Amino acid sequence: MNTDFINNIGLTHYLVLAALLFVMGMAGVLLRRNVIVLLMSVELMLNSVNLTFVAFSKYLGLIDGHIMVFFVMTIAAAEAAVGLALAVSIFKRFNEVNIRFFEHLKG
Amino acid sequence: MALVILTPFVGFLINGLRYKKHSANLAGTIATIAVGISFICSIILVADLISLPEETRKIAVSFFDWMAIDKLKVSAGFVIDQISAIMILVITGVGTLIHLFSIGYMHHDKGAAKYFSYLNLFIFNMLLLVLGDNLLVMFVGWEGVGLCSYLLIGFWFTDKEKAAAGMKAFVTNRIGDAAFLLGMFVLFLTFGTLNFAELNALAPTTVEASWLGAATLGTLFLFIGATGKSAQIPLYVWLPDAMAGPTPVSALIHAATMVTAGVYMIVRLNPMFMAAPNTMMVIAIIGAATAVFAATIGITQNDIKKVLAYSTVSQLGYMFLACGVGAFGAAMFHLMTHAFFKALMFLGSGSVIHAMHEEQDIRKMGGLKKYLPITHLTFFLGWLAIIGMPPFAGFFSKDEILAYAFNSPLGSPVLWAMGAIGATLTAFYMTRLMALTFWGKSRVPSDIHPHESPALMLIPLIVLGVLSVIGGWIGIPHVIGEYLGHIPNVWEHWLHPLIKPIPGFHHLDAVTEFTLMGISVTLAAISAAVAYHFYVRSPETPNRVAEKIKPIYNVVYHKYFVDEGYFAFIINPLVNISRNTWYYVDVNFIDKMTYLAGDLVRGMGSFARSIQTGNMQQYAMYIGIGVVVALSFVIMR
Repeated sequence: MNTDFINNIGLTHYLVLAALLFVMGMAGVLLRRNVIVLLMSVELMLNSVNLTFVAFSKYLGLIDGHIMVFFVMTIAAAEAAVGLALAVSIFKRFNEVNIRFFEHLKG
Repeated sequence: MALVILTPFVGFLINGLRYKKHSANLAGTIATIAVGISFICSIILVADLISLPEETRKIAVSFFDWMAIDKLKVSAGFVIDQISAIMILVITGVGTLIHLFSIGYMHHDKGAAKYFSYLNLFIFNMLLLVLGDNLLVMFVGWEGVGLCSYLLIGFWFTDKEKAAAGMKAFVTNRIGDAAFLLGMFVLFLTFGTLNFAELNALAPTTVEASWLGAATLGTLFLFIGATGKSAQIPLYVWLPDAMAGPTPVSALIHAATMVTAGVYMIVRLNPMFMAAPNTMMVIAIIGAATAVFAATIGITQNDIKKVLAYSTVSQLGYMFLACGVGAFGAAMFHLMTHAFFKALMFLGSGSVIHAMHEEQDIRKMGGLKKYLPITHLTFFLGWLAIIGMPPFAGFFSKDEILAYAFNSPLGSPVLWAMGAIGATLTAFYMTRLMALTFWGKSRVPSDIHPHESPALMLIPLIVLGVLSVIGGWIGIPHVIGEYLGHIPNVWEHWLHPLIKPIPGFHHLDAVTEFTLMGISVTLAAISAAVAYHFYVRSPETPNRVAEKIKPIYNVVYHKYFVDEGYFAFIINPLVNISRNTWYYVDVNFIDKMTYLAGDLVRGMGSFARSIQTGNMQQYAMYIGIGVVVALSFVIMR
């Protein structure tokens, strides 16, 4: 198995992958109705951003990107906890986790 | 002095607050007492005034500073001097009599309290007008009497015609008032003050030859204001129509007070007017023209009050003629005597109308002498006074005016001749009025039984009748005074300090003056005799004469079509322009523009509302699109 291309992976590849992941995450946020899937899509977007951070950090030889990733992961974990709690309580109340529920909140 | 001004106002308040009460007696008593107190205070004040030495004969009060803006400093100041003393005596004196008469006349009217409150308010404003020591206070009263005349002329406002007469008076007066304001502005801009005393002191001592000089322009504008208030050409049209109001109102407004405001104002500012010979010329010509013009219309009128109205217009013309030739004293003199006999005649006509059950057409009267002896007698005295028979009041004042018109450097024999023609015509139409109303055969419809008026209405008539006889004796001309044992001319002496002498004026020699008097008296007597012959001896002749000169008669009968002319050339075009402007500019343009703006905002609002769905994913999409647009914008740049 030729492993050459692994050594040849550059910044561009990481960025393209991150972009793909971000677009997939965004599509999920925009299109899916299930709140849980929605949260997962948000995680996907955050992780794609994390990926760019790490990639740039390695490429530039700076530590800043790594530190930022830790922050993002911490906030994402907190956000996931809150989001899941909401999802659970919505499910308990309405027996579904459809995002359409929030339309009832419009003014 | 406060009492003079304020008691009518208090009377107005009392009656105004209980305007729904129907008792004419109570309301009338309150109003009459209010004016009566004012009259007594006026007498006391004037007595005080007389006791002062001649050089400082003036009582001035300043209640408070009204406004002080930059150079414009106006105080609510009031002044009694020789001129306003006469005015307040006439206003409150004749006013009291008219109030008294009104109690009887308005006895059956439901709105009597309202009527009397207006009457009091009118007196209050008139007093403001004559007592104010500056043009602005005068203007307040000037506007106030305009308002009250509107209220009183249109008092029976349920009748459309009467309401329209009120509006006509109001609007015509507003035109004059606009000019009055302009005059005020010009004088203030030039002389920096509105105070009469200061203005008169600042008036140019040399005559102003140009038409556009400050004094000329200012006084011309003021004079236009005066033509509105005092019913002169071209703004006289409101006065005959104003006869629609209750008859005592006609007596009050159109004989004794409001219509004389213009004359009073000119006399008040006489040094300023004297500095503007062009204005004086205009005033004299307008005055003389009005005197003749209105008198000719008076001949053809059939409504008893309209005849008197045109007679008032004509007599006011004499006053302006006097002002125009510089005889301000004579103008004031005629103002006073006219107030006596014209108020008398208006009240007399009120008594006749009352007796005839609201009939005003003199063709349906005649022979009333038998039924209304006292009214007839007093009216008779008024008649002698107005046609200028010696020794009745009108003779002295009118002949003084005519003498001045002939003799003054500002006058001319032409003006005198016009005045004499006016006097002849006056004698004719007043005799006609007397003949058709009181003398000759009765033409009263059989269902009307004329009866003499109650005492309340007769007392004022008698008092005014006496005044019409003796009122002129305080101004007996020198020539006659000499013959009768040196009777002094009290009037001239009294007004002397405030009237600017006419430059280059020489007294007439006795022969000329007697000749002039003789001519005018003879003319008046002949024309009265002719009228008597026409309307009493052979009632058919006037109709035959009218037939013969039908075209001329018709023009005069229709008042020279002046009203129609105003409608055709001024009012209707104005109304049309306004209507077109309203339709094309306002409805089609401005309204549409504003509607468009409204629609635009509302459309934008509803669009924005459609975006706000509450769908979170849509919001997220907008954010996404926004980011893409922003990013691409950044990149493309």
